[in-house]
Amino acid sequence: MTLRSPVLHALAGLVSALGLAHAALAEGGNSRPRLPLLPSYQQECGACHLAYPPGALPAASWQRITADLPHHYGVDASLDPALRQELSAWLTANAGTWKRVGAPPPQDRITRSAWFVREHGEVSAATWKLSAVKSAAQCSACHTQAEQGDFNERNVRIPR
Amino acid sequence: MPSKPLTRLLRLSLLAAAALSGTAQAASPAELLAGYTAQAGAQADAARGQALFTSRHGRDWSCSSCHGALPTQVGKHAATGKPIGALAPAFNPTRFTDAARSEKWFRRNCNDVVGRECSAGEKADVLAWLTTLKP
Repeated sequence: MTLRSPVLHALAGLVSALGLAHAALAEGGNSRPRLPLLPSYQQECGACHLAYPPGALPAASWQRITADLPHHYGVDASLDPALRQELSAWLTANAGTWKRVGAPPPQDRITRSAWFVREHGEVSAATWKLSAVKSAAQCSACHTQAEQGDFNERNVRIPR
Repeated sequence: MPSKPLTRLLRLSLLAAAALSGTAQAASPAELLAGYTAQAGAQADAARGQALFTSRHGRDWSCSSCHGALPTQVGKHAATGKPIGALAPAFNPTRFTDAARSEKWFRRNCNDVVGRECSAGEKADVLAWLTTLKP
């Protein structure tokens, strides 16, 4: 044990450094570490759709979205004021960190962002209509690690 | 010493108060059903609950649109496609165990499906039906 330990230590250090670098790069090619989601965000917003990474929309979009939850893309997603305020503050504080996120997209939809449209240009119309996909809002239909905040292309599996 | 019905009434009013104030309060589906029934002042009707749940009310969605016509298995959000855990308590022990949580979802979802909040009687009917669904 004592004989191998310096080498093992060095190896372990290298492996964990590589692991961290990998984790940092895994978010859709962005060079930031993945943000741990606020538990109340995961619980409340994640009940109906993937708890989208706050970095994927600019602060102005999150502010508009959280200001009108009773009319949330055609659905009543109202919350009590304290919880709404908590989510709004957290989303705004962590907004817009993704590389190409700029001005608010049309209707504050991630899926209408120029970068999103470009990145998904090779996905066929038939794929979007698959019952396993159904909506471009359902990231995890193809991004198998989306729930973990990982949108790396290598983890994409398009259903048939 | 308070009689049994009295303690029961006390417990129900505590649950109702918790629901109104939005604080979490552990409960059972049977207790929530008793609370809604007491609030409505009339007996719940499971068949009426099923009809309310499975039909549309002049809008795009029914409860079944997301929860399925028989909510004993995983449903699918009609807009996003996200899986929704079974709603019938016998198939999902987390359902109807928190008065405030049940109230929140009834408020939002009745608004989407019926265009208004549901009455205590309507909630009692739906819950009465859901609790009749057994494996």
